[in-house]
Amino acid sequence: MSADSAGAPVLAARSLCLERGGRELFHDLSFDICAGQLWQIEGANGAGKTSLLRILCGLSRYGFDGQVERHVPLLYLGHQSALKALLTPRENLAFHVSGDSRYEDEKIESALSRVGLYGYEDVASHTLSAGQHRRVNLARLLLSDAPLWLLDEPFTAIDKAGVEELEALLVSQVAAGGSVVMTSHQTLNVDCDVRFLNLTTGLVA
Amino acid sequence: MTAPGAGQFCMRLLRRQLLLAVRRPLEIGNPLLFFAMVVSLFPLGLGPSPQTLADFAPGVLWITALLSNLLTSDAVFRSDFDDGSLEQLLLAPQPLYLSVLAYIGAHWITTGLLLAIVSPVFALMLNLPGQGIAALMASLLIGTALLSLIGGIGAALTVGLKRGGMLISLLILPLYMPVLIFGTAAVQAAVTGFPAGPYLAILGAMLCLAIALAPVAMAAGLRISIDA
Repeated sequence: MSADSAGAPVLAARSLCLERGGRELFHDLSFDICAGQLWQIEGANGAGKTSLLRILCGLSRYGFDGQVERHVPLLYLGHQSALKALLTPRENLAFHVSGDSRYEDEKIESALSRVGLYGYEDVASHTLSAGQHRRVNLARLLLSDAPLWLLDEPFTAIDKAGVEELEALLVSQVAAGGSVVMTSHQTLNVDCDVRFLNLTTGLVA
Repeated sequence: MTAPGAGQFCMRLLRRQLLLAVRRPLEIGNPLLFFAMVVSLFPLGLGPSPQTLADFAPGVLWITALLSNLLTSDAVFRSDFDDGSLEQLLLAPQPLYLSVLAYIGAHWITTGLLLAIVSPVFALMLNLPGQGIAALMASLLIGTALLSLIGGIGAALTVGLKRGGMLISLLILPLYMPVLIFGTAAVQAAVTGFPAGPYLAILGAMLCLAIALAPVAMAAGLRISIDA
């Protein structure tokens, strides 16, 4: 699929308005996210990036105006790792509550070794560092075939090599006709078109 | 997409919850230990006369089972809320109705089922007449499943609160009352030589109603808790 697909949007937001604590975070925000697009949501701290992402994925259902239409399965990575400390990374992926398909053991192993957790498959997750927890979640990105990724600050706690791998992963997802919406303060170093949504200025570009 | 079916996903959740429980054996042991402690305190408080103990045994056993269930129901969704797993569960394409049933099923297996299995030992400690033991086990098997379902509603509603412990008791204790009344009545009927069947049938009917309705309330409660 080409990078700018003219097909129907996989996710459409219509005149979203959000108010928190008497402050209007965004107003009349409309955009279409199509297949093969990479979107970066920017904005100062407290600009409402996470709130917007939670509205887009459907976790927030009330307290905002506007509509969100989603037509494809999604994969959401939030601030919290959603890993059980008592389970090993292998079990965490095999028993994941997000309802992904059941992966074969070899697939999980190869995904974990690709994110640099070779040798850590069967140690309890509470012995892993915060960055390694993030890397287990990166393995979910490798395993999942969801066409839409919503990532909240995916670069947090990840080392430089990991950031490069994640950027490569984003490019391959977009090249395969998937879509990515992510919040980040970092400048993405990827060789594909990045669309920006700035919540502080309200600009869609 | 290759998302697993609802039934398959439920079994996965059930296995996950049971595996987590096995990794924390203390949490399985706690309600049983509580049960043993309270039951062994009663002879000290009521006096050791076997007849007095036998009179009070059905009520004591049932109240203790109810309280030990209340102690654990707060934790059903707590750790999943804290580490973000609950968000992922709500986003799963499978129906939340069945997913929460799997959670409650795992909770019942690790608390109520075990309690019902060991209850004859405690019944003997309190000198419960032999003909009441079968009714006690049957009523506990059905009743604790009901208690787990009702407790799950409270847990889902209060999981977002920092200190939901007191609130959950206030919310669900009134709903525990009918279970307690019919549970003890079943045991008492069996002890005095009447059939326990009708009481067990009422408990069963309540269980059917709870299985049908409680997951709806739990799913709504979880969505509200995550949204807040």
